[in-house]
Amino acid sequence: MPSILAASTAAASNTAPFTAPHVEWGKLSPMLIVLGAATMGVLVEAFAPRAARYRLQVGLTLLALAAAFAAVIALHDTPTSVAAAGAVAVDKTTLFFQGTILAISFIAVLVIAERRTEGGQDAFAAQGGSVPGSQQEREAVRAGWLTTEVYPLVLFSIGGMLLFPAANDLLTMFVALEVLSLPLYLVCGLARHRRLLSQEAALKYFLLGAFSSAFFLYGAALLYGYAGSVQLSNSDPHNPGIAQAVAAHAHGPALLYTGIALLGMGLLFKVGAAPFHMWTPDVYEGAPTPITGFMSAATKIAAFGALVRVLDVGLAGSVDVWRPVIEIVAILTMVVGGILALTQRNVKRMLAYSAILNAGYIIMALVSTGHDALASLLFFLPTYGIALVGSFAVVTLVRDAGGVEATDLSRWAGLGKSAPIPATLMSIFLLAFAGIPFTSIFVGKFAVFQAALAAGAPQLVIVAVLASAVAAFFYLRVIVVMFFSDPMPDGPTIANPSIAVKTALAVSALVTVAMGVAPAALLHLSNAAAVLAR
Amino acid sequence: MNPDSYLYLSAILFSLGALGVLIRRDAIVVFMCIELMLNAANLAFVTFSRMHGRLDGQIFAFFTMVVAAAEVVVGLAIIITVFRTRRSASVDDANLLKY
Repeated sequence: MPSILAASTAAASNTAPFTAPHVEWGKLSPMLIVLGAATMGVLVEAFAPRAARYRLQVGLTLLALAAAFAAVIALHDTPTSVAAAGAVAVDKTTLFFQGTILAISFIAVLVIAERRTEGGQDAFAAQGGSVPGSQQEREAVRAGWLTTEVYPLVLFSIGGMLLFPAANDLLTMFVALEVLSLPLYLVCGLARHRRLLSQEAALKYFLLGAFSSAFFLYGAALLYGYAGSVQLSNSDPHNPGIAQAVAAHAHGPALLYTGIALLGMGLLFKVGAAPFHMWTPDVYEGAPTPITGFMSAATKIAAFGALVRVLDVGLAGSVDVWRPVIEIVAILTMVVGGILALTQRNVKRMLAYSAILNAGYIIMALVSTGHDALASLLFFLPTYGIALVGSFAVVTLVRDAGGVEATDLSRWAGLGKSAPIPATLMSIFLLAFAGIPFTSIFVGKFAVFQAALAAGAPQLVIVAVLASAVAAFFYLRVIVVMFFSDPMPDGPTIANPSIAVKTALAVSALVTVAMGVAPAALLHLSNAAAVLAR
Repeated sequence: MNPDSYLYLSAILFSLGALGVLIRRDAIVVFMCIELMLNAANLAFVTFSRMHGRLDGQIFAFFTMVVAAAEVVVGLAIIITVFRTRRSASVDDANLLKY
């Protein structure tokens, strides 16, 4: 017995003493607030009485998002640094992404929490586990149950989105990717109406999402094999990161190139770029519309943040290798999105293809690792995201008999006469997507096209301009249907939303117009924010 | 033993998993193939960890296991919900959303 003890103390003295890493809690506070509130939301779900849950969850969610946004504002002039032992980069770009995601999520949660348009119910199934059309489902609906689990799930997802663009190593990025994706797979399957479509969307999103994250993971493994580190960048010469290994040409390029390809597939899936876009229309159509608005905007912003960090920080040294691929992906995405959107008869599906098209524009800004390209991307993302949340919020208002959303374009005929305000708001968002001057996305597109030209990629700009011309056709078609055709006799009714949704719509429309008329403030902010911790 | 062999094995497992996802029709089997891909990545991580003499890869493998477990929780919940509705877990039967 004594000999065993002696042996174990000897072994202990041989190993270096474990020193706990220094964690900068303040710099991580936006993520900690959101994830902490999500955990509290789970406790609310477990212990609060059913009648009080809705108010508690919505209050907690909005409070957490506002507090995290305040934390981002308080951090705005922290010097560029890495926190949590090099796992999280806290720089101006991270803070810009986090602030954007929080602001857009706040507006999206206002729409998610809406109950008035459905007569006291929200957009989610009374009981997610009940079989559609079963006795169990009817009883749950009659009892007036609400799936308030949606709010903590959305908060967990936002927590992952905040971490995703901040991750400075591939391990953190992988965990953030899963934290943002897993809750979304679930909430996609929880629509109150058309539950078969919703469950099918969840299944497709889950299987394809898990497939793509497996590619991301294998790419991370190969890059680890190449560089001997999972950190994107580390200035410590004893502990070089991937960027330093790329600069020093550590090993043969085979591992590096395959790693970039697989990692890129995982990330391009998340932004919905062709040829990895197949899930986008199905999931956007099947998911509950408020969730579609949330995830189409916020996930895209977070995923572009991660893509920027991987390409501009970790792999900037091998730009010659990935740039042609990114150019081809951008062209393919714009062509696929533009052409397939033309054939859509469903408003949600058309917006999904328009999201693919816009992802193509944003990818154009990735061809250069320079400051101006990043600044143009930073300008484009919030303006596009807020218009997207607004347009899906309008879709939630147009209802057929029985409270089902009327998403078929033909049902929208004459909406401009029967419901001028929602139709006008939708027109503002669609004109912005089409890139009409004096809207925010016009300025964003201009900045992105300019950056692509400056980066020496005029072919991208030509394709983008042609795609914009095609896109103008299908955006304007919706406006023509709404304003220049007669209302159907049994046309859809327009739900009268609560003050929260009205605020969300007004803010989105106002920002979309204001950023087009006076973009200087946001341009200045995005220019100042285009600083990455390398 | 030469650690390269483990890398080849890992690449073979990953390819088998990816192939399975593309050609199998049962959602559960597709999901198992995805798990096979994750485990192939784990094997690559552990092998590279041994080759570089650094622990990062082994730590990554542990995180992957945790994430894979969380993914199983979410994935099986979705697959079982779909199965209870349709009495089928075939990905070909889930065909209401198209074009």
